[in-house]
Amino acid sequence: MTTSSTHNQTSWAQRILDGDRRSLAQVISLLENQEQEGFNILKELYPHTGQAHIIGLTGPPGAGKSSLVDRMIQEIRTRGHKVAVVAVDPTSPFTGGAILGDRIRMQRWASDPGVYIRSMGTRGSLGGLAQAVYATVQLLDAAGYPYVLVETVGVGQSEVDIVQVADTVVVVSVPGLGDDVQVSKAGIMEIGDIFAVNKADLPGSQRVIIELESMLDLGSHGNWRPPVIPTVATTNQGVSQLVTAIQDHYAFLKENNLLMEKRLTRQKESVLQRLTERIRKDITELWTKEHGSQIWQDLAAKRIDPYTLEEQLYLNWKGGNTVDKKD
Amino acid sequence: MERPIRVLIAKPGLDGHDRGAKVLARAMRDAGMEVVYTGLRQTPQQIVEAAIQEDVDVIGLSCLSGAHNHLFPEVTRLLKEQNATDILVIGGGIIPEEDIPSLKAAGISEIFTPGTPTSVAIDYIKEHVTK
Ligand SMILES: Nc1nc2c(ncn2[C@@H]2O[C@H](COP(=O)(O)OP(=O)(O)OP(=O)(O)O)[C@@H](O)[C@H]2O)c(=O)[nH]1
Ligand SMILES: [Mg+2]
Repeated sequence: MTTSSTHNQTSWAQRILDGDRRSLAQVISLLENQEQEGFNILKELYPHTGQAHIIGLTGPPGAGKSSLVDRMIQEIRTRGHKVAVVAVDPTSPFTGGAILGDRIRMQRWASDPGVYIRSMGTRGSLGGLAQAVYATVQLLDAAGYPYVLVETVGVGQSEVDIVQVADTVVVVSVPGLGDDVQVSKAGIMEIGDIFAVNKADLPGSQRVIIELESMLDLGSHGNWRPPVIPTVATTNQGVSQLVTAIQDHYAFLKENNLLMEKRLTRQKESVLQRLTERIRKDITELWTKEHGSQIWQDLAAKRIDPYTLEEQLYLNWKGGNTVDKKD
Repeated sequence: MERPIRVLIAKPGLDGHDRGAKVLARAMRDAGMEVVYTGLRQTPQQIVEAAIQEDVDVIGLSCLSGAHNHLFPEVTRLLKEQNATDILVIGGGIIPEEDIPSLKAAGISEIFTPGTPTSVAIDYIKEHVTK
């Protein structure tokens, strides 16, 4: 990248701490592209992380998530805080391109120095997106944004595992999508700390609310019973209640010593994912270097079965790796 | 995976048509780019701020209202102010031939007049974005 060679006077990390948004944006790109330089900067900034409340919003396409984020920005700004947004849209699996359309709903904040908005494509890498979002969120945290909102579309496999990123997950539902489709969708009831029923101005919203409430009554939630909050993003109705519920959830996590626990789980997961990815690359490189495509030909000709092959590759890699260790 | 080229498509000025911008956005996505669309009636300041926050390689401006002679150079001026002249700026819309030289002198790299196939703009971007 051309960016890394410019401005040598102050370090990237220092410029980000000083509030330079261009540097922040460029380092986010490094993280998104999984470049080591980005992670080196994040290492430097790591002592400054841990201050921000990370809030995830997920829900079906068109539910009004971005419109709701726009209103939440307004509410958080009114309460006197800075806020950053990471808005994730799906990458086309065929072309690798994406239309990142969330910003259009929040663009009125573009020139507010207290608001930073970043759009991201899912880019379809294995577990890579969650890692890119996670790293970006940490950078925004270190950059001094006390609230970081992450919007993701809750559809099938392109969904970010928002739980892996957020302290508080807001699940956004809407009327008119057919009953159980959204409510009973596997996992949704489990991940929501707060349920927003947006488009509460439309018919059928009462029914969605009742359904959610009864599902929640059935479940077990420890000491936090997720609230169900009707909202109308277009008129700002319910947004203040939503932001207050989000703050209440954060206070709850802190008071019950759950925040540290939650974050530690996430950090462990991040270490494991990055490590797994690195080892996978390592093994792939090793075997292509040693065998070229021969092993695939063997596999195709049934000279070897996939299970034996995996075992052999593992033992080969492990052997190679234990040789230079002292223990 | 190659890192995708990031483009911001913006419509400065007061005209209310964005069909052309949307067609271009889709063509760019199909060419493997990440396209941030910011919508209608953007001020040059909003456009430049968004481009910086999104760390795009390219800003595509589209203007049908005739105010391009004022709005396009304002975008490049603000980019200069922010030390962000490495962002490529291209323009499109209803722009008379005779306006093009002064727009180019103001830092707009290329102007695409109506009827230019989207593939021409896409090829131009691919050629001129240096990584
Ligand atoms: N009637 C009504 N319409 C709404 C409400 N909130 C949002 N909308 C409309 O719903 C449409 C989609 O809104 P977005 O905010 O883009 O929805 P989204 O969930 O971010 O969409 P994706 O990111 O594409 O999944 C827009 O036309 C909004 O104006 C609401 O509370 N009531
Ligand atoms: Mg959206």
